[in-house]
Amino acid sequence: MNNIYLSIVVTALMTYAVRVLPLTLLRKPVRNSFLRSFLFYVPYVTLAVMTFPAIVETTAVRAAGIAALLAGILIAWRGYSLITVAVSCFSVVLLIEMAVSWF
Amino acid sequence: MTKENRSLQKKEPLADRRELREGLRAGLPIGIGYFAVAFSLGIAARNAGMTVLQGFMTSILCNASAGQYAFFTQVAAGASLLEVAVMTLITNARYLLMSCALSQRLAPGTAIRHRLLLGTDVTDEIFGISVARPGFLNPWYAYGAMLASAPFWAAGTAAGILAGSLLPARIVSGLSVALYGMFLAVIIPPARTNRVVGACILAGFAASGLADRLPLLDRISVSNRTLVLTVVIAAAAALLFPVKEDTYE
Repeated sequence: MNNIYLSIVVTALMTYAVRVLPLTLLRKPVRNSFLRSFLFYVPYVTLAVMTFPAIVETTAVRAAGIAALLAGILIAWRGYSLITVAVSCFSVVLLIEMAVSWF
Repeated sequence: MTKENRSLQKKEPLADRRELREGLRAGLPIGIGYFAVAFSLGIAARNAGMTVLQGFMTSILCNASAGQYAFFTQVAAGASLLEVAVMTLITNARYLLMSCALSQRLAPGTAIRHRLLLGTDVTDEIFGISVARPGFLNPWYAYGAMLASAPFWAAGTAAGILAGSLLPARIVSGLSVALYGMFLAVIIPPARTNRVVGACILAGFAASGLADRLPLLDRISVSNRTLVLTVVIAAAAALLFPVKEDTYE
């Protein structure tokens, strides 16, 4: 990347555009069924793709990442808050990596 | 400002100040949560080689968790400006929907400067508490919530970059995973009630896991892979299972 500050400006402008254009131009809901559906599914897919396999690749011990993934899915499925899920994943990784280093 | 809006504001001269105060109160707990999330994000920024100032700037200008995370992976991969622009568009596409819904909650004739200002910080949380207000949204309520929360987002990112280098590797590894935990907390609960969302998530996991191993595909940078897989899977889901009119309200 040639200029980091330039790329920060680009990402900031694009982020702003996505939010401000509907507020200023579109005063009606999106009617197009495909577009509306696409926009509805995008966040789930993009977060899923960014989470896996990255979650099992960031940890020093692979098993810690896998355990954190499973714990995160289970705890989120049970409907616990964002912070609870995050803290659980954090604790699982910490415990497993500590346990592995002791043996 | 239109005549209509002026008369709306004249009715209750102190309303704006009261709304601002209520917004500040609602925004503070959000801010504390932001600090924790942003701290993990700061570690991702640090791994991408960003300085404290660069991370702080990105956060204060964007206020977007997944979008910024994607941006940091792009910085690490040395993506072009065009790639950054397209990726930002895709990872923040959900804000397009939120802003559409939010625009419906503004009183007709709300001044353009309010619309421009509101657009700086439409996050999942600010959107959530704003649409939960009864009647039309007073922009000052949202401003209060933004003022009380956005600084924590930027400060948390800066702290993550700073302290990330001081913390033991194990803690850093745990915090990086905590960020993915937050992503899981966003995507998993809706999958309980919406099977298509669940299928989208599984397809995302599977495709992303495969792309990591298959020859050729594994040469595409991680950020471009996210982009391609998102567009393909979300478009397929939209074609096969169009959502009903009121799904995002």
